[in-house]
Amino acid sequence: MLSRVADSIYWLNRYIERAENVARFIDVNLNLILDLPSGVPPQWKPLIAVTGDIEQFDHNYSEVNSENVIQFLCFDSNYDNSIISCLQKARENARSIREVISSEMWEEVNSFYLAIKEASAASSFGTLPKLFSRVKMASHRFAGIMDATMSHNEGWQFGQMGRLLERADKTTRILDVKYFLLLPSAEWVGTPLDRIQWIALLKSASAYEMYRKCQHHITPGSVAEFLILDRAFPRSIHFCLWQTQQCLHEITQTPPGHWCNGAERALGKLCSQLSYLTIEDIVQSGLHEFLNQMQSSIYQVGNEIHHTFFALGDSQRALSNQSSNNLQLQSTSNTQASSA
Amino acid sequence: MAFEAYDPEDFYDELFLALGEPRSHCASLIQRMVELGIAQLEQQRQTAAIALFKLGVTFNVYSDNQGVEKIFPFDIIPRIIEGSQWSQLEQGLKQRIQALNLFLDDIYGAQKIIQDGKIPAEIIYTASGFLKPCLGIKPPAGVWCHITGTDLVRDKDGSWYVLEDNLRSPSGVSYVLENRRVMKSTFPDIFRNMMVKPVDDYPSQLLETLLNLAPAQVPDPMVVVLTPGIYNSAYYEHSFLAQQMGIELVEGRDLIVADGYLQMRTTKGLRRVDVVYRRIDDNFLDPLAFNPNSLLGVPGLMEVYQQGRVALANAPGTGVADDKVVYAYVPEMIRYYLGEEPILSNVPTYLCWRESDRNYVLANLDKLVVKAANEAGGYGMLIGTRSTEAERAEFAQKIIAQPRNYIAQPTLSLSRVPTLIEGKVEGRHVDLRPYILHRGDEIYVHPGGLTRVALKKDSLVVNSSQGGGSKDTWVLNSINN
Repeated sequence: MLSRVADSIYWLNRYIERAENVARFIDVNLNLILDLPSGVPPQWKPLIAVTGDIEQFDHNYSEVNSENVIQFLCFDSNYDNSIISCLQKARENARSIREVISSEMWEEVNSFYLAIKEASAASSFGTLPKLFSRVKMASHRFAGIMDATMSHNEGWQFGQMGRLLERADKTTRILDVKYFLLLPSAEWVGTPLDRIQWIALLKSASAYEMYRKCQHHITPGSVAEFLILDRAFPRSIHFCLWQTQQCLHEITQTPPGHWCNGAERALGKLCSQLSYLTIEDIVQSGLHEFLNQMQSSIYQVGNEIHHTFFALGDSQRALSNQSSNNLQLQSTSNTQASSA
Repeated sequence: MAFEAYDPEDFYDELFLALGEPRSHCASLIQRMVELGIAQLEQQRQTAAIALFKLGVTFNVYSDNQGVEKIFPFDIIPRIIEGSQWSQLEQGLKQRIQALNLFLDDIYGAQKIIQDGKIPAEIIYTASGFLKPCLGIKPPAGVWCHITGTDLVRDKDGSWYVLEDNLRSPSGVSYVLENRRVMKSTFPDIFRNMMVKPVDDYPSQLLETLLNLAPAQVPDPMVVVLTPGIYNSAYYEHSFLAQQMGIELVEGRDLIVADGYLQMRTTKGLRRVDVVYRRIDDNFLDPLAFNPNSLLGVPGLMEVYQQGRVALANAPGTGVADDKVVYAYVPEMIRYYLGEEPILSNVPTYLCWRESDRNYVLANLDKLVVKAANEAGGYGMLIGTRSTEAERAEFAQKIIAQPRNYIAQPTLSLSRVPTLIEGKVEGRHVDLRPYILHRGDEIYVHPGGLTRVALKKDSLVVNSSQGGGSKDTWVLNSINN
């Protein structure tokens, strides 16, 4: 299939998944704020910190408060990773491959975008929870429609890869929120407030109920273990990357365990590593450091996919607007050239 | 009621002879519509509009990243053409396309028509669509204009005229197919009784035409549609045709010239492309040969084309015949190349570079329609009867400054069709754009074509960019075939 078409369907899915996850981690913070004991101020900075786009925020906003953070992450069309920007780009990608995807998929993306655009004009603090659940549901609906109306062909596999890779990346960030989320002091570790934060975190990954089925206690180690290493939970990093790998090998027809391009090699290495890690290994090396490392590995996989499948031929003409995308990676400069 | 009070007035009406008197071949349609009543018709119109919007049959009004799309307004009262009338048009169109194609082959080849003094060389060389890099090219089977969308109009007495030939990349055929789809689901019973010629065959005919261009030795040729991208006003159509033909829709950035061939970038590497149905203007095709600033085209494409390693439809250079001065010579071309009298007439055309014509035009600006020779889409035009003194003075200046660039024609009072306007049936002016496919050994005329209607009262401008809409066009099967 055309590289551009593969690229568009991959990014169509990534952007929708990204919009969903942005809604998820704002939602978790909203929930937390409502549960804070009196005297503990609400924290909005962690949300920006975890995106890695704090510089851009500081440049355009004078103060970190709920209004600004929500405007920035949801409705700021100058910010590439806001919900509205993601949906706009998702729609544009969908539009350029309408003859490839099913018309139901197009209709869903189109109405998703229009609904959020409309909501952005009339949002208030009180309507936000409803908005976020709409974003999540629309994203699930899109995934379902794609699954049920499009042939599971090469294009579909690219779309799946996009969604899963994005989800893996966002799960690392949701976990990392806790690192930035300061407790008033060290004495608070292990208190109900600490526990409430971990629960909120699980909920934002829709993981609380599934977690409870395998763990009785909420401990930092077991929450992290669940979201990183669980093999059955569909938002855990290991699960997402494992599935991504399956899609990749479906596309290339390379037998499992072998590789013949950079994408297969990078992803294969990452999956093998996760298969044999324990949570103790992770905690020992530092959870935050591990997550950072994971983000840059996932970024690397995305890069390899881009070079293997999308950026064929001369390197002068970047293939599409998304190739310049900053994958919200902290401390990684945005190096790829933007396209003409 | 809907049609009782409908008065064709002093125009040629496609459905009515006179007040309360439908043309005989339209009688059953009118009867059925009267039975439905105006409220029902209005409701059906809305249903049809929603259906078209859902199908995404849209065009872009202007380009920005918000993706503004509009639907081309659609009127549910069809335009009907009788079978025998149609066969005559068909013959006329075939004759005209054949002559135009021979002209293109000649003008980029031996140029006999110039040597024989039938058309001045100067006119050809100053036409903006004339492309020097195409001199000496021999496209497959000698076909230059594979796809044509000729604009036809009817005057007060009902006689047909060719207004424009549109040999570059005419758009609109997707509306023909989608309008029909909607009409069939809206009025299935009428279709059953009227013996309307089907239109669904177009994508297969087009694909056949394109496959025909591939080199004979290629067993499974790769045919693609080349689009400027999602911001182009006709993007919907490009995507629709690619989907209907089951071929790839590509953009310039998907293509690359490598190893002497045109190739496309796929997830499995480069893949050779044999035939390109391009919906990009000549000047943007190849920045190395034409406009160096073009980002839409493919550097090196013309060279591959010149070597016969890829086929382009339409061939670059066909625009020379879209020049309105060259257009005036088409009847002459028909006599010259085919030794026949033209079946379809041109609108009488005054060429301002001829002194006598120019003087006449300048003295009669208030009666004539003046057009720039190289513009399309209803732009760069003066409708004398509706103009102000100042506008006429402005055009007089332009004509004197650049006589080669202007032509003038008498104002035709275009034929009308009853149209549903705000709950009433009123007459509106229409034109007709049939689509013609040239395959070398055979010319195919798609039955009907796009009827465009000027929705504004008394307006003669049918372009979608200027308040035009469309109607389904029904060509009836003759009783005896």
